[in-house]
Amino acid sequence: MGFFGKIFSALKKTKDKISEKLSALFSGRRIDDEFFDELEEILISSDISVTTSMEIVDELRERVKRDRISENEGVVAALKEILTQTLEKAEPLEIQTPAVIMVVGVNGVGKTTTIGKLAAMLASGRKSVTIAAADTFRAAASDQLTVWANRADVKIIKSSEGSDPSAVVFDALTSAKAKKTDYTIIDTAGRLHVKSNLMEELKKMSRVVEREYPEANFYKLIVLDATTGQNAVNQIEFFDEAIGIDGIVLTKLDGTAKGGFVVSMCGELEIPVVYVGTGEKLDDISPFDKDEFVEGLF
Amino acid sequence: MAVFSGLSEKLNHIFAKMTKRGKLDEYEIKQAMREVRIALLEADVNIGVAKQFINSVSEKALGQDILKSLSPAQQVIKIVNEELTALMGSTNSKLETSSSPTVIMMCGLQGAGKTTLCGKLAVYLKKQNKKTLLIAGDVYRPAAINQLKVVGEKAGCEVFDMGQGNPVEIARKGAERARSFGFDYAIIDTAGRLHIDDTLMTELEDIKKAVNPAEILLTVDSMTGQDAVNVADTFNKRLDVTGVVLTKLDGDTRGGACLSIKAVTGKPIKFSSVGEKLTDLEPFYPDRMASRILGMGDVLTLIEKAEQSISEEQMKKIEKKFKENSFTLDDYLEQFDALKNMGDIKDILGMLPGVGNKIKLDNAQVDEKAVERMKAIILSMTPKERRNPAILNASRKQRISKGSGTTVQEVNQLIKKFEMSKQMMKNMKGQRSFRF
Repeated sequence: MGFFGKIFSALKKTKDKISEKLSALFSGRRIDDEFFDELEEILISSDISVTTSMEIVDELRERVKRDRISENEGVVAALKEILTQTLEKAEPLEIQTPAVIMVVGVNGVGKTTTIGKLAAMLASGRKSVTIAAADTFRAAASDQLTVWANRADVKIIKSSEGSDPSAVVFDALTSAKAKKTDYTIIDTAGRLHVKSNLMEELKKMSRVVEREYPEANFYKLIVLDATTGQNAVNQIEFFDEAIGIDGIVLTKLDGTAKGGFVVSMCGELEIPVVYVGTGEKLDDISPFDKDEFVEGLF
Repeated sequence: MAVFSGLSEKLNHIFAKMTKRGKLDEYEIKQAMREVRIALLEADVNIGVAKQFINSVSEKALGQDILKSLSPAQQVIKIVNEELTALMGSTNSKLETSSSPTVIMMCGLQGAGKTTLCGKLAVYLKKQNKKTLLIAGDVYRPAAINQLKVVGEKAGCEVFDMGQGNPVEIARKGAERARSFGFDYAIIDTAGRLHIDDTLMTELEDIKKAVNPAEILLTVDSMTGQDAVNVADTFNKRLDVTGVVLTKLDGDTRGGACLSIKAVTGKPIKFSSVGEKLTDLEPFYPDRMASRILGMGDVLTLIEKAEQSISEEQMKKIEKKFKENSFTLDDYLEQFDALKNMGDIKDILGMLPGVGNKIKLDNAQVDEKAVERMKAIILSMTPKERRNPAILNASRKQRISKGSGTTVQEVNQLIKKFEMSKQMMKNMKGQRSFRF
């Protein structure tokens, strides 16, 4: 069998759902070293970082020994508990009005769509919402956001393509202050976290908010695509260093990827997941539920 | 560019340990391979692919009498390099053509970068004097048609759209238009969709049937994780894609997904997208990428770029000046311009062997604006000052700083840098032939 053929058959196995792999692993197996090695691989294949996966497995190994767990159900329960506890390390984020929410992230993760859905969700509680179309870089980004603003039935402040995003932020804040808007949501252009000049632009926008509207609660949310791999951790670290990240929105969870990397983020960086996106319809957004997420991994 | 630098860092680290040993036993190879495996996993290479890769490399490493060879580390690097290249495909692939127009169909998940890629391909084809029609087949995402129109305008090519109609009809009519108006290429943008969305996947199959494209390009975000195999496999099974394009490679992702995709689909990776400008599209060279993974630098690309922007004559002139020690600030200025022609300085540094892993490029903060300021300083000098910077006294420096909108400190820094590079060149001379 050729190299590709061999890889393909190897993949057949890993392609199946994690849950299936886990149940296969847990059904009628001796809990030995090989078991833990395989478990580690299963965790990595859900994009939980290599380091975190190793830590989780070590912890599990210890608990199994300490509590003398011998049957599979006990191991599953212990693993779920460890995952939930890791996620709990990050304090949940309560968004209080008047709020300014700046949404950041790399290109193509779903910022604009998330803002549309978020605006609709926040507006449904009889609250006023204004969206600032500060992605002045990508072609037709503000057109896209306008469609979402209409769907969510909220106000939008925009400017022409190529204009200064901070100016759009300024205009939106002026309007929000005058009208006592409950939520001001700022869309920003997608940017790769390694582009220092674009990160400077983001810092400037952040400074404008702090200077112009100090009374508001300022939240900076990063949007992460669930299909992303280990790079997600780099993304959040760079953005966090630049402007300080308060919470995560995990998008595209309706696919086959499970976004396991957030386990590392909650555990190590203590940044909570606030919302999850599960589709392109207006109501395809919901608050993050850690138990549901852990169940989803299985 | 930071592509794969993390992985090369790790592999270098592993092999550095090997070099220090001199001789190796089976156990040590196993240890090294274990670390290679972790490095691959951290680079988002799929677990199955990584395992298979390690097995294959270990087999070859042992089979080739590596224990007896003089430089085991070098031999292992060679094998790993060969296997990586083989895994990614051995040569780069060009776009297929068919009787005019050649129809290219895009597909991929949401946010992979399809619409931008349409514009980049159009610009790429325009350089070959090909006329391209862009077809707006994404009728679902709000303003996607507008986005393609703006992109088309920037790329200087026509965009065909029928509003929010039926994508299959749009593709058919668009291809017809391309045929009757003598376009060389027709590129169909499609809506991003999940590989498990059966309705939308069927729609793609229908578009394929309707227009019989010569190329079906799967666009994949290079930051994709373990799920890349599922996505690539499903798209390939349903559409039998002809090639893959990797986007957002200008980030710091290690891009291991491309190894997985190649392994699971067997289809070539044809292009890589390396920036936000419409010109930021490169052919994908598996051999160069493999060298990059191993920290050997992307020397081939670098030399090609250097040759494009610095003529042989210029090179000789500069070399001569170094020899005669008559290198002046004017020549320094010329070098800045040549560097600018070569593209982003970070890209260039990343391609140099050893640099990619020695300096953390992101921390190095190579700022193109800083280069512009340095140029401004030199341009604010008189010809006499440029020939002989020694005459720069305080008042001259003050004048220069005012003229260039900089500070005296910056002027001093530039002079210092200039003297340093002059000294460096002098030391390098005689060691080996020096390119730029």
